[in-house]
Amino acid sequence: MAERDNIAAIVAEVIAQLQRTGSVALPQGDRPCCGGEGPCGDITAPACRRISLLDHPEDPEALERMRTKTTARIGVGRAGPRLKTQTLLTLRADHAQARDAVFADVDPALPEQLGLFTVQTQCDSKDTYVTRPDLGRRLSEEAVETLRRRCVPNPDVQIYASDGLSSTAIEANLPNILPVLMDGLKGRGLTVGTPFFLRFGRVGAEEQVAEVVGAKVVCVLLGERPGLATAESMSAYIAYNAYVGMPESKRTVVSNIHRDGIAAVEAGAYLTEVICRILEQRASGVDLVK
Amino acid sequence: MEEILSVGIDIGTSTTQVVFSRLRMENTAAFFSVPHVSIVDKELVYRGEIHTTPLKTAVLIDGDAVRDIVAAEFRRAGFTPADTDTGAVIITGESARKENAALVLEKLSGFAGEFVVSTAGPDLESVIAGKGSGAFQYSLDNECVTVNLDIGGGTTNIAVFDSGETVGKGCLDIGGRLVRIGPDRRIESVSPPAARVAQAIGLSLRPGDRAAPSALAALTDKMADLLAQALGAAEREPLLRAVQTPESSWLEPPADIRCICFSGGVADCIRETGGDPFRYGDIGPLLGRSIREGALCRAFPVMEAGETIRATVVGAGTYTTALSGSTIAYDAGLFPMKNLPVLKLTEQEEDACFQGRSEPLARRLRWFLEQTDSGRLALSLQGLRDPSYSQLKTLAQVLSGAMDQALPRGAPAVVALERDMAKALGGAMRALLQGRRPVVCIDGVRMENGDYVDLGRPLMEGLVVPVVVKTLLFG
Repeated sequence: MAERDNIAAIVAEVIAQLQRTGSVALPQGDRPCCGGEGPCGDITAPACRRISLLDHPEDPEALERMRTKTTARIGVGRAGPRLKTQTLLTLRADHAQARDAVFADVDPALPEQLGLFTVQTQCDSKDTYVTRPDLGRRLSEEAVETLRRRCVPNPDVQIYASDGLSSTAIEANLPNILPVLMDGLKGRGLTVGTPFFLRFGRVGAEEQVAEVVGAKVVCVLLGERPGLATAESMSAYIAYNAYVGMPESKRTVVSNIHRDGIAAVEAGAYLTEVICRILEQRASGVDLVK
Repeated sequence: MEEILSVGIDIGTSTTQVVFSRLRMENTAAFFSVPHVSIVDKELVYRGEIHTTPLKTAVLIDGDAVRDIVAAEFRRAGFTPADTDTGAVIITGESARKENAALVLEKLSGFAGEFVVSTAGPDLESVIAGKGSGAFQYSLDNECVTVNLDIGGGTTNIAVFDSGETVGKGCLDIGGRLVRIGPDRRIESVSPPAARVAQAIGLSLRPGDRAAPSALAALTDKMADLLAQALGAAEREPLLRAVQTPESSWLEPPADIRCICFSGGVADCIRETGGDPFRYGDIGPLLGRSIREGALCRAFPVMEAGETIRATVVGAGTYTTALSGSTIAYDAGLFPMKNLPVLKLTEQEEDACFQGRSEPLARRLRWFLEQTDSGRLALSLQGLRDPSYSQLKTLAQVLSGAMDQALPRGAPAVVALERDMAKALGGAMRALLQGRRPVVCIDGVRMENGDYVDLGRPLMEGLVVPVVVKTLLFG
């Protein structure tokens, strides 16, 4: 709520200044912001991103409206045929964030807080994970043994989380989506398997998970390959009666789960319904009637 | 793709009209995304005739005759009341009196189909007419400020749109039928607002007097000037306040007007030149000429209206129905829900809810139910953009707790949010209420205190419900 007030105040101030002087004096304070004209604390700060770098726009308000409708870098101006320094630096910063999202590990405290144990695929490091997609789809022997020992066998639904290509996405969304989903499924009277966290996991690992625990429906909450707009996007991949070697067309996907897409809690509630429909129709992917 | 049929009925000071339109809905989300249903197309399928509003006395409308008109239009259009899914009956201008409203409700209830609602109030009329005329769409398409002036028999409804947002509205008692002229060219009647304007310019107008075009032109010149004053094209004088329609908003002169648009019956008189000034038995043609030659049209470019005399009825038929968000939660068998009074929480009150305090909300709910003398309500909140699980839980607990304390046994818990979180919140509330009361939780809708809301039967395989927000309910 406080954040909302803040944003409204900043936008009002920026527009007022634009109207008065045609340019914007950049805010001083705890998040210094230079608009490309001096040393800058954080050019990825929202306040800094909001400032258009285009010189002398014909219709500044129309430009502002367009910029609110897309995360694409429009109205950034240019220096000769090239990007302005600040645009280039922001791009590189966002790219660095994307790389970080891939190579960082999910904070081990997170699965613990959510009551999840952690298992691993046959990858032993991020490097293997990135270079050997096949190993990211196979559980380690230890993982298979752990799942057999610790998971409730033959549940209606097995939910688990996996880092995939964005650990950031898991950290941002998992604490909010998982409890809503678990509550929702239990509320519908379904048996829900023991959730866990799979490290170095790709989507295809869910087939083996389904086979090992004997779940009718398997659903993995997985970090998506980050782009330059957000590194926090998560998807849910769901399959009915999954088996190793299953065609991709049998997978139901709900994508774009993040703060600027569908909020994690709302996605959790929606997934509950999708999973119930999959169980009713005993089908997923293209076989599922929407 | 799914279609619904919407009926619009406008009973105005001088005319009564009926239109039918089809609203097409589609899930426009990408295949792998959460569904997003929106109205993708609106098509006017039947434009009724322009009927003179039947009157019993100067101010009381003839309910039976109105019913006959509506019945005949349904027949001619080839629809039955059961075919209509949504729509609005709107009583406008000087006809919008309590007695008339009650009468129309009673006489038209059989035609109203499953989900037709009655709406009134000068501010809302202004917005509806501005949408029906095309001014709203123009401001959206061209990202600019447009002003619609719907000049009818009794009132001029003004709506200001900026890039598809309503930023101002108001209504003045200025219209083409405020002075009626008989076939013998004598003044039949002078409405009080016209008398006020006449008095201000020292003009004597009495029923029975000979209608002198020059004297009446002086009156309509003043009226046109008042319209120019309302939009800031002429200096404001105190008389402007005296012609403000009761219960309408006071309009401040809008800035940066790109163009203005005229709708309503007088709009056609602005375009037509020449002819007998009293051909309609009123001062409409004179007012039209005064506006055409006055300060308003010199100050602003005039855009071509898509609809003139039918703007209000087209707006009522096509623009009053909105759709909820596409991830919502509700219990079956509750719809349609009609005329729910809306209680909108302030930001402070909403903050208190997120902090887990349910007692202030319970007090507020009880007070509201007493005020509205009702056992039901729709609670309107902004919600959060990306709520955490604990925020969601807290809000669900506070809302369910307060509603259990304040609402009658078994009454549904109806929550309407702006931000997309209704399915999660509704699910959490349902778990807490454990069947003690049904839950309806929708999002993607904005309401204000004092509004009333209708929720129709779910559409698109239950993904969305149609929502009509009304600003004033009569009866």
